[in-house]
Order: sequence, then C-alpha cells, then structure tokens
Amino acid sequence: MSTRSIGQEFTKGLWDENPVFRQLLGLCPTLAVTGWVINGLAMGLATTFVLIFSSLVISSIKKLIPSQVRIATFIVVIASFVTIADLFLKAFFYPISEALGPYVPLIVVNCIILGRQEAFSSKNSVGRSFIDALGMSSGFILALLVLSSIREILGAGTFFGYQVMGHWFKPWIIMILPPGAFLALGILLGMALHIESKTKSRK
Amino acid sequence: MEVVAIFVSAILVNNFVLYYFLGICPFLGVSKKIDSALSMGLAVTFVMTITSVVSWAINNWILIPNELDYLKIVSFILVIASLVQLVEMFIRKVSPPLYQALGIYLPLITTNCAIMGLALLAALREYGFVEAVVFGVGSGLGFTLAIILMAGIREQLDLADVPEPLKGAGIALIVAGIMALGFMAFIGMIR
Repeated sequence: MSTRSIGQEFTKGLWDENPVFRQLLGLCPTLAVTGWVINGLAMGLATTFVLIFSSLVISSIKKLIPSQVRIATFIVVIASFVTIADLFLKAFFYPISEALGPYVPLIVVNCIILGRQEAFSSKNSVGRSFIDALGMSSGFILALLVLSSIREILGAGTFFGYQVMGHWFKPWIIMILPPGAFLALGILLGMALHIESKTKSRK
Repeated sequence: MEVVAIFVSAILVNNFVLYYFLGICPFLGVSKKIDSALSMGLAVTFVMTITSVVSWAINNWILIPNELDYLKIVSFILVIASLVQLVEMFIRKVSPPLYQALGIYLPLITTNCAIMGLALLAALREYGFVEAVVFGVGSGLGFTLAIILMAGIREQLDLADVPEPLKGAGIALIVAGIMALGFMAFIGMIR
C-alpha cells in the first residue's frame, strides 16, 4: 500500500519517477515515433488509453488473479486494449496509424504498462491506480513531446507541421533520422541527471 | 535474390536496434561485457528463429483462413511468452552456466519488443515461409552484431573520461547514435 497523498501519486510520474527520463522504461517507442511531434503525441495518447484502462481493470480484479498466472493475465488484458486502440486508429485516423506502423501493436510490450500493473495496480485501490496511471502517462507524453519537439524543430524546421524556423535555417536532417533519436535522447538523459544532482545538492 | 536481399537488409540496413529501435532494453542492459552480450545475442537469435516459424504458421494457417486477424496481437504475445518459457527451461536444463550468465534477462525476452516486432513486421509484409525464416535469422544476427559492437565500445568506455551526468545510459545512447550513423552508410546497398 502506498502512503503518498493523491496529489503526490500523480506528480511522481511527471518527474521523480518519470518513466522515460528516470526509469528508462518504454525507450523503444520513445525513440521510434518522435521524428514528428504529431506522431509522438498520437503514440502518447494511445499509450495513455491502454495504461489507464489496463490499470482500472487489473486493480478491480486483483483479488481474483492467482499470483502464478498474474503476468499472463496482465498481458491478455493489455493486449485487448491495444487491439482496441489499434483498430480505433485504423478506423478514424488512418494516416497516423500508417505512420506509426507496427509501433501501435507494439504498445503491448511497452515495459511502462506491464511495469505499472506489476508494481502498482495489483497492490493498490482502483482510485489510486487510476491516478498513478494518469501521472505515469502524463510523464510519458511529456517525454515524447520534449523529444519530438527538439527533433522536429532541428530536423525539419517545423513544429506540428508549421514552419517555425526562418529561411536562413538549414534543417539538420539527421535529427529526424534514426541516429538523431539516439543522440537527442542521450543528451536529454544527461541533462535530466544534471538537473537532478543540482537540485539535490541545493537541498 | 529476394531472400538474400531480405537477409542482408535485416542485418545491416534495417538493423532491428539501430533502425527500428526494437530491443533497446537488452541492448542497453546487457551490453557491458562482450561475452554476456554474445550470449544475449544468441538467445535472441534463437528465440527469433523459432518465433518467425511459429508466428508464420499461426498467422497463415489459423488467423487468416478464419478471418481472426483482430486476434493477432493477443495470440502473438501469448505464443511468444510461452515460447520464451520453454527456451528458458531448455537452457536451464542443458547449459546451467549459460543460464547463470543470462540471469534475469532471459524472462525479459518476453517483453522484448524485438521478438514481437519481428512477428508483426513479418505479418505486415506478408512474407512467405522461407522469407519469414530468413528475416527471423537475419534480424537475430543483426541484433547480435549491434549488441556485440556496443559491448566492445563500452568496455573501452570504462577507461574514458565521461562527464558525470552522461555516465551510464546517456553515453550509451550517444554511442548508439554514432553507430546508427555508421550503419546508415549501408543504405545504398539494397535496391
């Protein structure tokens, strides 16, 4: 049982336990879809949907799940919601679904979601699990937005498809290609650690 | 010719780690020593080869004829999870030292996106049986190549003077980025 207040339960996902910057979870989608802000946002929202609903279901049936088969149960629940998200994107947002390709079905193996079920939803009440899922997904969306903004602005000179840099700017095409994802995330992780150690030493 | 192209492109051009960003967790987690990286790479190659056979059979013999396409995600992940369990039991029985070396990372192959990504990509591209198997073996070897190169660099990196906040994952990602840059030079090889 968690002893945090409801507010802390939400905010821990944003920074202290941010899934990407602090826990290094869910790096595959983080790197793969952040070439464009719109793709990053779509991926973040799809993951949010899956995480919140899986947490709600798991925390409400936690007493019924035998502990030997809990991982398999989590996976089936998560996979069902991923299927819903995948079909929904295909039906209503086909271009985005095309752009994200296999990464939408791959939400099923996103370690953030399975990790939260194992570490939180299977031990806490429905309400707390909901807040926890909300906080973690906000942290994930935040990370995706930061990374994709950097990559799109530097790599194409645009933001959400709108031109933001003047004509003098020569796009660093490498940033929207795979190597740019690694370089940008590596430097962001370093900066996150640096800020963390600065705030710690001040306390 | 087609098959050769799939094989080479899976290893070098569309490398699973450096191009598709699949399997980043073991790529960063198990790449501190060359020999454990090698065993991880071989375990993944082994599981990938079996997965490509099994997932092809499920997709083409069960899901498509019965129009159960929407069950693809659920059935693939369950099959992969049970496969990894089998491989784990097999290795524990046959080679305890290897089991010791792989430690906790073997169960983690279950949630390794590379395995699931392989099954999904092969289904998406509608590969035939031979193509699917070649794609599986090639992708596994590509993963092994990437993780061994990474481990080699990281062993040297221990001696380098890395800025404090970049130690660990930060510098590993930057190294991976430079490797990905190098691998981009292979793009002209195919087509």
